[in-house]
This record gives sequence, C-alpha cells and structure tokens, in this order.
Amino acid sequence: MKMRTLALLAGVAILLTGCQREERDTRPDPVKGAGDQAVPVTSLAPGGERPVDTDAKAARFADNAFHMSEGKRLFDWFNCSGCHSRGGGGMGPALMDDKWIYGSSIENIHATIRDGRPNGMPAFGGRVPDDQIWELAAYVRSLAGKSSKAAAPGRNDDLMPHPSENRLPDATTLGRSP
Amino acid sequence: MTMPAKNYASTRFSELDEINEENVKDLRVAFTFSTGVNKGHEAAPLVVENTMYIVTPYPNILYALDLTKPGAPLKWAFRPNPEPTSQGVACCDVVNRGAAFSDGRIFFNTLDGHTIAVDAETGAAVWNNKVGNINIGETITMAPLVVKDKVLVGNSGGELGVRGWVKALDAKDGHVVWTAFSTGPDKDVLIGSEFKPFYDSDKGEDLGVSTWPPNAWQIGGGNMWGWISYDPDLDLIYHGTGNPGPWNPDLRPGDNKWTAGIFARDPDTGAAHWFYQWTPHDMHDYDGINEQILLDMDWKGKPRKVLVRPERNGYIYILDRTTGEVLSAEPFGAVNSSKGVDLKNGRLIVNEEKAPRTGKLVRNICPTASGVKDWEPSAFSPRTGLLYIPHANLCMDEQGVDVNYIAGTPYVGMEVRMIPGPGGHRGEFTAWDIANERPAWKIKENFPVWSGALATAGDVVFYGTMEGWFKAVSARTGDLLWQFKTSSGIIGQPVAYRGPDGHEYIAILSGVGGWAGAVVSGDLDPRDRTAALGFAGVMADLKDVTAPGGTLYVFKLP
Repeated sequence: MKMRTLALLAGVAILLTGCQREERDTRPDPVKGAGDQAVPVTSLAPGGERPVDTDAKAARFADNAFHMSEGKRLFDWFNCSGCHSRGGGGMGPALMDDKWIYGSSIENIHATIRDGRPNGMPAFGGRVPDDQIWELAAYVRSLAGKSSKAAAPGRNDDLMPHPSENRLPDATTLGRSP
Repeated sequence: MTMPAKNYASTRFSELDEINEENVKDLRVAFTFSTGVNKGHEAAPLVVENTMYIVTPYPNILYALDLTKPGAPLKWAFRPNPEPTSQGVACCDVVNRGAAFSDGRIFFNTLDGHTIAVDAETGAAVWNNKVGNINIGETITMAPLVVKDKVLVGNSGGELGVRGWVKALDAKDGHVVWTAFSTGPDKDVLIGSEFKPFYDSDKGEDLGVSTWPPNAWQIGGGNMWGWISYDPDLDLIYHGTGNPGPWNPDLRPGDNKWTAGIFARDPDTGAAHWFYQWTPHDMHDYDGINEQILLDMDWKGKPRKVLVRPERNGYIYILDRTTGEVLSAEPFGAVNSSKGVDLKNGRLIVNEEKAPRTGKLVRNICPTASGVKDWEPSAFSPRTGLLYIPHANLCMDEQGVDVNYIAGTPYVGMEVRMIPGPGGHRGEFTAWDIANERPAWKIKENFPVWSGALATAGDVVFYGTMEGWFKAVSARTGDLLWQFKTSSGIIGQPVAYRGPDGHEYIAILSGVGGWAGAVVSGDLDPRDRTAALGFAGVMADLKDVTAPGGTLYVFKLP
C-alpha cells in the first residue's frame, strides 16, 4: 500500500517536472499607451521589399494560453464583441475569416487596436493598457485559427456561437470566403 | 412624390392606374442608374418636377436625374463627404432611408449626423447643420419629414447607449427650433400642460427619469430612426421611439419611459399631446419606430380617426389618433414573447418564460430582435381596405450578458442567434384586412422581406425580395402578376410616378444590405451565428444568391 502511494507520488513528480510550464504574466504592465512602434500596414515598399520589424513584446503574447484567455475576456469588457461579435463581425468586419484589411500579424493587429483605422475602428491607445492590447491582439489571431491549438481558448460555459477557438480552422485553409 | 411615404398619412398609395392587373406583365426596363455604392439601399427615389432624386447609403451621395431626356441622364450629384469613421458607429449597415422635398429644396441626413438642404434645381448646398455626434455613437439614417416650415429629424444609436431625440430644424436656415428627447425629465421630453396620455401608466411627473435605475436614462436609447406621419387637421405629428438600451433588461428595471412607444406632438413647439408604450420595459429590442398609417374609417360602426401601426413586437395596433386609445391589437406573425394586449389598460401581456436574463439562455423566442416587422414600410390601398405588410418570420435564442458602457462603442449586453420561424420560410408579405382584424392573404418568401411596399390604383402591389426579385402582385388576391430579377437583393422602397411623357413609371433601388443583409454588404462570417447582432447565421445562404451593388431600376409599359 505504502509502496503504491510512493510510486504514484514519484510518477506525479516526474510528470510535473517533465512538463514545460507556460510562464504566466499575471501582473501585466499597467502602464497605458506604451508601444509607439510604427507598423506598416502594407508589404509594398518603394525600392523593393523591406525586412519586417517584429516587436519584442509580440513573442511574449502570441500563442500564450494565459494571454489569449485574458484577451478573450477583455474582448467583451472593452466591447470589441459589440462590433465584431464572436469573430463574425457586424458593425465591424469579421475577424475569423482570412481578409485582413490592415494586416494579420500580431503587430498589425496591435497597431489597429492602439491607433484605430479610418473607416470606423476606434483608437484604444491611451485608454487600454498596452499589455492588454497585446492580449487582445493575440486573441484575435486565435479567432482566425492562426494560433497554436494547444494554447487557444476552449469551449465557453454559455452560448456557443461557433466551435471553440482551439477548434476553429485556420482561415487561410478555408479556400473561399465563408 | 415629395416624401418617401407618398403623403402625410403615409399610405404609400399611388393614384396612378395606367399600370394595372392586366398589363403589368408587360412592364419593361425604362432606364437604370448605378449608384456606385455597395451598401444597403433602403431609400425611396423622389420625383419632383421632372427630376428624380436618390440618396445613397454612406457616403450619402445625392443624385439628380433629368427625366425629360432619354435615359434620364445625371443632372448633378451632391457629395457631402461624411466622416468615414461614422461607419464604425452605425449599428446595422450604413443605410439611408431617403430624402424629402419642400419649397425648392431637397433635405436629407448623413450618416455622420448632418442635416443638409440642397437647392433642388442647381444641387448647391443651402445649409448644413451638424445635429448628431458620432463620438457618442450618434448617426442619422432616417428620412426627414418636412411639416410646414420645419424639417423633422431623429437620431440612431439604440445599440450604442445614445439618448434618442427628435429635432425640428427651420427649413429656411437649418437652426434647431425644438428638441424632444425620448428619456429624461419632462422638460427635456417636452411634456407639459398639453400632455394627456390615455392610460394611467403614462401619467405622472418625470417618468422618463423615475422608470429607470439612477441616471440610466442618460444612455437609455429611445432613438427615432424611423417614420413620422402628420395629420394637418389635428395639427399633430406622430413618431415612434426606439428600443431602450442596453438590450439586456436586467440592467434597467422599470418601464423605461418613453422608449418603445409613440408620441403625438405639436409640430410647431414639439409639445407632447399623448404617448402610448407598445412595449414597456422592452426585453427583446422591439424598437417602436415603424410607420404609422393615418386613416379616417368606420371602426365598429363609428367614424374614427385611427392610426394603424404594424409593430415590431408582432401586433397590428389600431389607435384612436386623437387620444392614443388602443382599439385593437392583433398578431400578424408568429409571437410567443407576449400573450396579447390588455385592451383595458393598454398593456402588453409579457410571457415571462421568454424573458432573457443575464447568464440564462432562452430558446425559440418569437419574434426576433428585428421583430415580425422592422423598418420596411407597408402600403395601404383605399380600394381594397388592405394594408400590405412586408415582414419577416424569424425566432431567436437569447442570453443576457454584462456589458460596460463606453461612449461610442456598442451597449447591447445580449447574445442573439436567430432561426427561421414556424414553417421554415424566413419572410412573409401579408395583406391585412384592417376592418376585420385578420389577414386577407399571405405570400411566403424564403428570405425576410426587407423592402417597402407600394400599392397603386391599378390594383397592383409592388415589393422586392432579398434575392433580387422585384414583384408585382394582385392587390386583391396576392397572385404573382410579374417579376423581374434585379442585379442585387432589394431592400429599397418602390415608388410610382407620372413621367414628363404623362405615363406611369415604377422605380426601385436594388442593392442588398441593411441589418438583414449585412452578412453580404458587410462581408460577415456567418459561421459565427451571433454576428450582426444575431442576424448573420440565419442569413448565411444569402451570400450564395446575391452580391452587393446599388442600381436604380425604372420600369414602364411598352
């Protein structure tokens, strides 16, 4: 009996140490309005292609399960869902398809939320802490199936408007507009 | 044709009878005109002195076409260049429901909240007054109505916590003469000594404050984005008020006066004369802004001045328009969110089983948030005594959620997904026998009928479908007499006019969109069934049958 408990404990210990734990940034930077990096919204550049700048923060937030689940919560809190619904769009464009007016990279989406866009997207910079904008941007990518299935949010507890984010197909594979 | 509703009584009945039940099958295209805009075209063309005027959805271009020349060439175009950002605060596509003509001027509204007067002959702006503020979510989509020397305008924004109002602008220079809010203290609502509502529930001081949680009336909706009628004899205007905000009713206990109701007002001062609330403490976004048809008719053996209202909550109301008394309220489509109207106290009998609550999913609520009938105006023929009502047959699942008020963003608090109503067809065109309080006939349509109706003295009734068919049916039987497939889905308002050659013409704008067609005009993804406030999923197949694009079609006999 004792041996079995010990073996079980040892097994659990091995399992725990064997897992790579995702780092949880539970106290994100409360500072508003940071992230002033300019992000081009087009890949066309005079004089030929330019190397794409990546933001140092991008890697911290993209494909991070905790940040994406926080982004999902904030998507409601800041009324993103009021215009974009659960990704299908409404007053604003759909986010779960493969049409990205202002770019699909997490940097592009972050800039879109921060600076707004001229045809109706409000500028949330200065109103929403920068880290939370990154969390929103990471979540938006999951709606289009552009993030790791292992990290994207799972099913809702309430009304399910579409399959959960970790089961949504990568929009680029849909082949045609839905 | 100086107003979309044809006349102040809003009958949309044309006296022209050249096109009739026999010869309508020969109708053919006289001319067409591309508006160059790919959003929902809800406007009615106006025809004044051999010129046709059409106003497009955002960017709200006003075109004047010369009807005296072959092909009706463009006479001039007026481009108001509304702020592009206004598109981001328009709840349900960037529509415009038309212009109005009076005394040599065309009056119309822009999405970014301007009312503009344009010289009808030259196309030059006479005045331009900004009456709405897009930064609090205010837009204007309705067609103004000119009564005497005043231009009546109302705001949109019931999904963004915008406080509703109607303003009267001086037709000469555009300055605001009076503003009547739909919520708040009596002095803001223009309730004074002349206010004599019929029912006790509307009597009392500052009900626009006391029927709300503290200060909720300031972001409580009641927007006036629909239709206004006018009775010159009684000298009263009639206008509805939109849904209370947010949609989630748990966040605003109380009757939420004066939302989802109807006011009779003095056009000169705005002073309220009576009010009736279709849907007290509305729980389902049942905006009360549909058209009201003013008729003088025998009601149960007595001559009465009545107001007929096919209402979003599913009932056709007959009101005495001198007092606001409800004479009749019968359902004209599938309704389970309420169990009728108590004619003793005028109150809607709510079905609590279909009440959405925060965190509670309620299934199969009929009608939907868009109602048995939305904005699309009906037509009345005095020759048949029938009201021709374009409408939907839809139900929905709803779940209330918490929502934060952030000015200039949506304030709804409701998850919605719509489903087809009983029978599976999503639209109906109903001819309603007003005197006998029952349908005379019904036509089933696959998609919601989102276009207006037109009745003519030739006993032909016209309407369009969201697939793009423009149809003529018999006013007496509903039999299909003629149809023509236009380039896009139809959500516009058909009109009849006499051309410079003395012949009758029928005009309609084609161009799908609006709330029901947003899945196409906004290129939404219907895999999310809650997209477009719940409308996208049930309209997913609209993408397979039509594409956006605005075109004017005008028809005549050979």
